[in-house]
Amino acid sequence: MPSPAETEAAMAAALLDPAEPGPADARFAVHRNNVLVGLVDALGETFPAVRALVGEEFFRAAGAAFVRAHPPESPVLILWGGAFPDWIAAFPPAAGVPYLGDVARLEWAWTEAYNAAEATPLAAPALAAVPGERLPDMRLVLHPAVRLVASRFPVASLWADVTGRETGLRPELAQAETALVSRPYDVVSVRAIPTASAAFLSALAGGHTLGAAAAAGTAEPGFDLAAEITALFQAGLVAALATETPGVDHGPLG
Amino acid sequence: MKAPAFPGPADTALPRRAGVGFKPRHWPAIDRGDPDVGFFEVHAENYMGAGGPPHRMLESLRSRWPLSLHGVGLSIGGEGRLDSEHLMRLRQLIDRYQPAGFSEHLAWSSHGGIFYNDLLPLPYNAGTLSRVAAHIDQAQTALGRRLLLENPSAYIAFAEATMGEIEFLTDIAERTGCGLLLDVNNVYVSAVNQGFDAAAYLDAFPLHLVGKIHLAGHATETGPEGRRLLIDAHDRPMDDAVRALYARLVARTGPLPTLIEWDNAVPAFHMLLAEAEAADRIMRTAEAPRHAVAG
Repeated sequence: MPSPAETEAAMAAALLDPAEPGPADARFAVHRNNVLVGLVDALGETFPAVRALVGEEFFRAAGAAFVRAHPPESPVLILWGGAFPDWIAAFPPAAGVPYLGDVARLEWAWTEAYNAAEATPLAAPALAAVPGERLPDMRLVLHPAVRLVASRFPVASLWADVTGRETGLRPELAQAETALVSRPYDVVSVRAIPTASAAFLSALAGGHTLGAAAAAGTAEPGFDLAAEITALFQAGLVAALATETPGVDHGPLG
Repeated sequence: MKAPAFPGPADTALPRRAGVGFKPRHWPAIDRGDPDVGFFEVHAENYMGAGGPPHRMLESLRSRWPLSLHGVGLSIGGEGRLDSEHLMRLRQLIDRYQPAGFSEHLAWSSHGGIFYNDLLPLPYNAGTLSRVAAHIDQAQTALGRRLLLENPSAYIAFAEATMGEIEFLTDIAERTGCGLLLDVNNVYVSAVNQGFDAAAYLDAFPLHLVGKIHLAGHATETGPEGRRLLIDAHDRPMDDAVRALYARLVARTGPLPTLIEWDNAVPAFHMLLAEAEAADRIMRTAEAPRHAVAG
């Protein structure tokens, strides 16, 4: 007679591995099915655009392979799937859809933004109170929900197209896009931003000073610092101003 | 035997009415419609993110209706230690939202560091009894309150089982002071799958320990050897047989907090409301003769 520990171990081994016999009772198939279907469904809730792009049949097969490779380690399934974008990008049967990994990255950023900690967006006058000569040394702490997804494909347009938030334009695949994902209040927003804005924002997100971030933006064409800062506050992307850690910041460009 | 840390009858702060499982997609209809339901129940694990719309909805929901918190990931029936991080997350959620009740399953869902997202069964015997009782003691201490333990849907049978489910649940409740969540659909699903009489099971159940009822729909499939196999699918209205068992049950107990579970193929909110209203009607019918006797 097996001990309870042996019984459980034999069942667990067989849940995701068809080669393991599991319990003799043929109705154990119900649990195998529950586990796989339930986890692939959970993955599909987090990655609806990937699911729509590849179709249900492909998604279920790919999802099952992912579940076996990266089963959840925590019962908090809303936060499971962070490994999926890199995994699907390298999944040989999906090689014909080269932008799939980036769309998945955008969906993961969406999930992170949706569940991110709350913070009250700072209003623009907060910055106006800072003396001009100190501005370059300021750090703008971005809202915890802000994410940037850079892609050599039009990732934000593809995502909008697939999820029904149509832009009316057919994405031109040769065009690179950086998607800005945010959730200052209760709605997640996703939009494509210009290269200069992306350089500026990534520098801020990386903890660089306003001066260093401005230098990164200026390195790209069409950068307008005043307009960028106004837009940043208007979109509710700034959570706090920080003046600590003074010193030389050589910026993201080195 | 040591005294239970959480003694007392299975009273509950939930109203003795029907409630429904909360689905975020129903929030606009609920927020606008202000429905007259007894309570809402949420799965604890769906509210373990740091912030965002889930918590915003739950805060508003909690301010307007009684809240029941139902865990699906503690793995109380498991061989391994309880996940202390998960217990801490549950405690934070309970402290923040102060739900009227917390329930979990007599099942395991994690093993060897993997979460399987299913309610997996355990054999009932002396070994599993002390293990489950220890886990419930630990959980009730960590959460600072008693929990309700739910009877599972059974598919497979264990040769090493030496106790019946009712004996097992009763012993657990006596040892730990926990209450019981009686899922009538699970009783029916198990009865058909394992060939026992659901009505006799309910007659033998320790009803004084029951703090909440669950009702749900199940799917009917064909199992091994062509026998009928019921699946606890939560994807449709409750079956007539389950409705009849429920009516028979509340005729004995009087009204009890009763949750309508509908987690898959989720319909429009008014369909859930109709199921809850049906359960409320059954409870009122059950109550009527008592009043006649008392008056």
